[in-house]
Amino acid sequence: MAVPSQHPAAEVRPPVSERIGPLAWLKHNLFSTWYNSLLTLLVLWLLWATLVPFFEWAVLNASLAGSSKADCPSDGACWALIRIRFHQYLFGLYPVEERWRVLLAFAILVVAMVPLFLPRMPRRISYAIGLILVYPPVAYGLFAGGWFGLEPVETANWGGLFLTLVIAGVGITTSLPLGILLALGRRSSMPVIRSLSVVFIELVRGVPLVTILFMASVMLPLFLPPGVSIDKLLRALVGVSLFSSAYMAEVVRGGLQAIPKGQYEAAQALGLSYWQMMRLVILPQALRLVIPGIVNTFIGLFKDTSLVTIIGLYDLLGMAKLITTDPAWLGRAAESYLFAAFGFWIFCFGMSRYSQYVERKLATGRERD
Amino acid sequence: MAQEGAGPIIVMRDVHKWFGEFHVLRGITLEVERGQKVVVCGPSGSGKSTMIRCINGLEDYQRGEIVVDGIPLDGDVKHLDAIRREVGMVFQQFNLFPHLTVMENLILAPMHVRHMPRHEAEELAMFFLERVKIPEQAHKYPGQLSGGQQQRVAIARALCMKPKIMLFDEPTSALDPEMVKEVLDVMIELANEGMTMVVVTHEMGFARQVADFICFMDQGEIVEMAPPDEFFANPRSERTRLFLSQILH
Repeated sequence: MAVPSQHPAAEVRPPVSERIGPLAWLKHNLFSTWYNSLLTLLVLWLLWATLVPFFEWAVLNASLAGSSKADCPSDGACWALIRIRFHQYLFGLYPVEERWRVLLAFAILVVAMVPLFLPRMPRRISYAIGLILVYPPVAYGLFAGGWFGLEPVETANWGGLFLTLVIAGVGITTSLPLGILLALGRRSSMPVIRSLSVVFIELVRGVPLVTILFMASVMLPLFLPPGVSIDKLLRALVGVSLFSSAYMAEVVRGGLQAIPKGQYEAAQALGLSYWQMMRLVILPQALRLVIPGIVNTFIGLFKDTSLVTIIGLYDLLGMAKLITTDPAWLGRAAESYLFAAFGFWIFCFGMSRYSQYVERKLATGRERD
Repeated sequence: MAQEGAGPIIVMRDVHKWFGEFHVLRGITLEVERGQKVVVCGPSGSGKSTMIRCINGLEDYQRGEIVVDGIPLDGDVKHLDAIRREVGMVFQQFNLFPHLTVMENLILAPMHVRHMPRHEAEELAMFFLERVKIPEQAHKYPGQLSGGQQQRVAIARALCMKPKIMLFDEPTSALDPEMVKEVLDVMIELANEGMTMVVVTHEMGFARQVADFICFMDQGEIVEMAPPDEFFANPRSERTRLFLSQILH
């Protein structure tokens, strides 16, 4: 923190050099009392004892060359594993010669999203909704193939970071609107809608995601007529989306409850309908209040995607695990998992930073009394 | 104002309302003619806010009848929407939308309820902002304005819907004393132009100046209804006298 410590005005201050020099800072913050000094030394020792060996293992003694564990250094990380299997971390078992389709689909998404971030974009919301409606079929067409001469690729072969992003992307884009509807339902004055929302939210929040995924993959087929099967990935997508929408609903409800009653009354008195009131007056304020909670749910969802491994889908973490079972790289699990963890962290940290940026942007020029 | 339609524009007949066990309105009967200005006063908890909020359906009622501009307020959503389009309301706490600029606050309802094109709505908004004497604040957010300015924006926002009736629920009670006058001036101007107004207020100077009649409420009933001169000079009921002695010092 850059907040200066507050001195009483009358206090005689030492010369500037003694107040703000690095030594003075150290003395003030790390060695002000004997137990502070002790703690500082303890922490330094802990850092030394853990980070130094890790650095030696991960960087100094590590090797990027080689093609099997025989080429790996005995006392260092064997990043050759990551180098050689990099594409599998990204694409899973997606056929090598078809991977351009995945890259193309993501490139289309990035380009299509550019207008959303332009400062003066008319009809931004309509464009976003259009994108949400149009993009998934396009992406699915590219990923799954089977038309326009594209080789069909079964969803069972989708994997790696690609699969993680598909599940997280679908989960995020469906859970927010669904969560908003559930939150409105829970606060509705209509008893049937309210009860249905409450039952759904409490039921889904009351069980672990693993259970929902198991139910979807093991129990659902039992209830379907023989011969009818629903794609495993689709089941996982539905499970993840419903699960996070229940959490999202509670986050949004928190925001709705923070909006003063007068806002509802003013909107009603102006003749706005229920949906106009929600869309134009209440939700823009409520959602802004709960951005941290929304992003928190997104981050949780992103990491929860790794649970799909238990129903036999290989997301980034599943792929990392699968690769460790390769006899050629036996005993090199740490590198694989570290790399997967790094992958998750990059995306979650990115979301966190973006949400902070959005909050700051929305806060400017809107000071309240 | 055009004198369309015959008969009173607001009719309340024997209106009763309960909050749970509590009998808030005990048989309110009130008729307001087109262009009339009614000031409602009374001690706190007398039901005056509840009464005025019944007129545009912000509160429901359990017994009796309310008809606004010929439309019965009978639980039919279409009727409720129709009434709300014709009745503007100004609140004690302003209730401006803090995430929208002053201009956006003003054009919201004309655009989405009256389906007016944006440029037309903006022209209308500027017209009323000039009427309430703050056109220069159009692109600020409500939080950047003083209380008096916010309340004037709130009045302009209601006027943008071109209502036939304006309801004011203690419009100056949340204001610092030095800002009361700027809001009252706007209201007086509006009254002089012939707007039908129902105003809950303790500003007796305002009542004396513009009211056609003053309606004194206590314990959920209209105790006394009289033109200002008569009301202040010789109040008939003991409760009115007591109230006036407390409020006029």
